[in-house]
Amino acid sequence: MSVDAIILGTAILVALATAPLGVFLVLRRLGLMADAISHAVLPGIVLAFWLTGGSYSTLPNLLGAAFVGLLTVTLVELLAKTGRVRGDTAIGLVFPALFSFGVLAVSLYYQNVHLDLDAVLYGEIAYTPFNDFIVGDRNVGPASLWILGALALVNFAFVGLLYKELKVSTFDASLAASLGFAPALLHYLLMALVSMTTVGAFEAVGAILVIAFLIVPAATAYLLTRRLSRMLLLTVLVGAVACVVGYAAAIFVDASISGAIATVLGLQFALAALLSPHGGVLTTLVRRRAGWQAKSRPEKRAGLH
Amino acid sequence: MIDVLTDYTLRNVTLGAALLGVVGGVLGSFAVLRRQSLIGDALAHAALPGIVLAFLATGAKAALPLLLGAGVAGWLGSLAVIAILRVTRLKEDAALGVVLSGFFGFGIALLTFVQHSGRPNQAGLDAFLFGQAATIVASDVTTFAVLGGLALGIVALLYKEFKLLSFDSDFAASLGLPTGVLGALLTSLTVLAVMIGLQTVGVVLMAAMLVAPAAAARQWTDSLSKMLLLAGAFGGASGFFGAAISATRDGLPTGPLVILVATGIALASLLFAPLRGVVPSLRREKRARARVRSEVTS
Repeated sequence: MSVDAIILGTAILVALATAPLGVFLVLRRLGLMADAISHAVLPGIVLAFWLTGGSYSTLPNLLGAAFVGLLTVTLVELLAKTGRVRGDTAIGLVFPALFSFGVLAVSLYYQNVHLDLDAVLYGEIAYTPFNDFIVGDRNVGPASLWILGALALVNFAFVGLLYKELKVSTFDASLAASLGFAPALLHYLLMALVSMTTVGAFEAVGAILVIAFLIVPAATAYLLTRRLSRMLLLTVLVGAVACVVGYAAAIFVDASISGAIATVLGLQFALAALLSPHGGVLTTLVRRRAGWQAKSRPEKRAGLH
Repeated sequence: MIDVLTDYTLRNVTLGAALLGVVGGVLGSFAVLRRQSLIGDALAHAALPGIVLAFLATGAKAALPLLLGAGVAGWLGSLAVIAILRVTRLKEDAALGVVLSGFFGFGIALLTFVQHSGRPNQAGLDAFLFGQAATIVASDVTTFAVLGGLALGIVALLYKEFKLLSFDSDFAASLGLPTGVLGALLTSLTVLAVMIGLQTVGVVLMAAMLVAPAAAARQWTDSLSKMLLLAGAFGGASGFFGAAISATRDGLPTGPLVILVATGIALASLLFAPLRGVVPSLRREKRARARVRSEVTS
């Protein structure tokens, strides 16, 4: 496999893995929770690093992140439940504190090891082809493709198997509860998957740019359609297009690939906000003008102006 | 602790952090009351491309142009959030998420472009991600003081208007106040706080400097003026003690410690503040229950 194909494949797999989660994050208004989790991943990685005695392998990382991700969600909900602060304030209290612990631990104990803060934050997808996955003593190809492929499968299976339950609990939580769908369990499952996907993707795109993949394609798709199934499809499409265009742009100007992809995602969102058939700014303007003309025409014909 | 007042570097770092805390606390109070706690997070991330563009334009790492670049980009980011909320059906969380990641991604792309271009003097631009309090010099503190004084001065001048806007914006509008302009102004002042915070705590941790002191102050009082004063005091204390603790040992980063002190104050207030703290109100509840029980049984 060529280096280009591996990098692009990794990026598209990130888009695929995050799409089913992003759709429900946007619909459930949990975008900021995703922001919080993507930051809180850092102490999770540090914790895994410490527990495994300094090894740098994928499974402990995923578990550590899932743990700290769930801890973040639990702490936020605990704080909000006291009724003393609102949900957004609780998020703003929890994730900087956890992130601070992470930075502190790294600078106190892991100053000289591979836990490079920059890599955690904005990743370096260009290195993914050089990190191979070894099973026994056979080299089965780039680890990033395996990890993200597996995460994409798990996430699509989650949404596919629990589609009805997720749909009902997203649009009508009390109906879902009365039908016995356990919305709280669904919520925590979703958050655990968000945490694990964030870590799986962090080597490729960095923890903070994961939030670009989690939120922006789904938000763009939300502007373009009013149907859940179509939104899911569009989210995948928007993410994949951004990967191809962003990758090409990054090579062209020699800049960070994940940064370029996030930039393209932002531009796509702006385009959708302007041109969407459902309430895009320009579309509405054009339609309104056409409406005025249609209204004024009969009057003109009758010579009333 | 005495060193804090005599050592040149330390004095600047603690003064800078304390100033950030005071300004962040006051403006954060409005953000928290207006349910926009995480606007600071989005603005701080959105400031990154401005820093890099300012560096590209001036070719130097002078503090003032970089801060101005950051301010302009952060301000544009805040306008983008307001525009998304106005023209789409998306809610705050998605609007903040889109602006945060779009601007920040663009900033990272620019930053790496500059780093790869081999331009002289570019190293250390990424210090803004986590802040680098140790680089604060006396002239920076003066800049911070001017920016902070400007922000606090405007808050003092428009106190009544901002108060109305935060508690009942419909009523404010019915009085003929330009609520849209006032809201945008308040957000722009938050951009000033972010500009002070970038060098001290960095992009990633800026959110807490606005949220934690305000959330702490809210537990002690129901009056806005007292809340602003308390939030400023809590923020200032977090900045001062966080910076002082980080000076006690090598390799202790200032930003995270300032944040942890602020979070500690917030947690203590949530638990023990006499007015709204969890423990005092549980105790009040218990006492009331005992009184009712004794009245019923006697």
